[in-house]
Amino acid sequence: MRELALHLLDIAENSVAADAKTIRIEICEDISRDRLSMKVEDDGKGMTEEMVQRVTDPFVTSRTTRKVGLGLPLLKEAAEACNGSLTITSKVGKGTSVYVDFQRSHIDRMPLGDIATTFLNLLIAHPPIHFIFRYMIGEKEFYLDDETIKSELQGVSMTEPVVLTFLRNFFESGIHSIQTVA
Amino acid sequence: MTTIKSLEDLKKIREEALEKRKVKASEGKAQVSVAMGTCGIAAGARETMKAILDVIEKDNISGIIVTQTGCIGLCEKEPIVQVTVGTEPKVVYGKVTPELARRIMKEHIGKGNIIKENVIQA
Repeated sequence: MRELALHLLDIAENSVAADAKTIRIEICEDISRDRLSMKVEDDGKGMTEEMVQRVTDPFVTSRTTRKVGLGLPLLKEAAEACNGSLTITSKVGKGTSVYVDFQRSHIDRMPLGDIATTFLNLLIAHPPIHFIFRYMIGEKEFYLDDETIKSELQGVSMTEPVVLTFLRNFFESGIHSIQTVA
Repeated sequence: MTTIKSLEDLKKIREEALEKRKVKASEGKAQVSVAMGTCGIAAGARETMKAILDVIEKDNISGIIVTQTGCIGLCEKEPIVQVTVGTEPKVVYGKVTPELARRIMKEHIGKGNIIKENVIQA
């Protein structure tokens, strides 16, 4: 995977698989401290301490269809190669939090990639899940608690073409506006 | 902040969507499911899903359910897309590039023609 946005999608899909009801995703570009961090927090079924320790091992996965999991170990390696780290905290029955950070200016740091598409895909493909998206660059912030949108839609599907256009524009323009230097 | 204005727009958009849905209520519901495990994402599933959503928007197709599943154990065939139209049996497509996804939307969803050469056994 060549984009951090794809890793973010991957981690969030783990949360979906863990039966999360709420998934909170945060990206923070701290320009003055030269750090880029991402956090995915869920209230899914969580993991035991032993599983947490083993989960960044490339030969461990919770899936049953395939014996090797590769998402988290590769991301951990990518972070460590950029003066960063990956931390997982989890409690059985409470949920899991994955935090990863990089030296933002590091030459090997993966590009962030298409955050708008990652957010849009997650929101649309999992209507029952409550998503909270936050993306900060310095002082600027994009924030969406999907409750505001879902309560307004009153059950109208997010894949209705007009709604889809609205949502896509909402993410694209919202994220573009904070990424553009004022 | 543009959020408030956008949400007001959303009210109008909801009304519009409801109107359109009334007109098209007779059309059969279709479900499109994109496998989005690590293997799927690494193979390009996010762009496949983006292409599907793009066709829904551009061709103004109402009543499609788009979902995601995890890895279904056929990693070498990713990106995998499963299509169910009305009460017909599920059709599973492998190696679905954005181009193939567009064809599936137009041929299978639009006209009911299954693209047989890209169907895989699952």
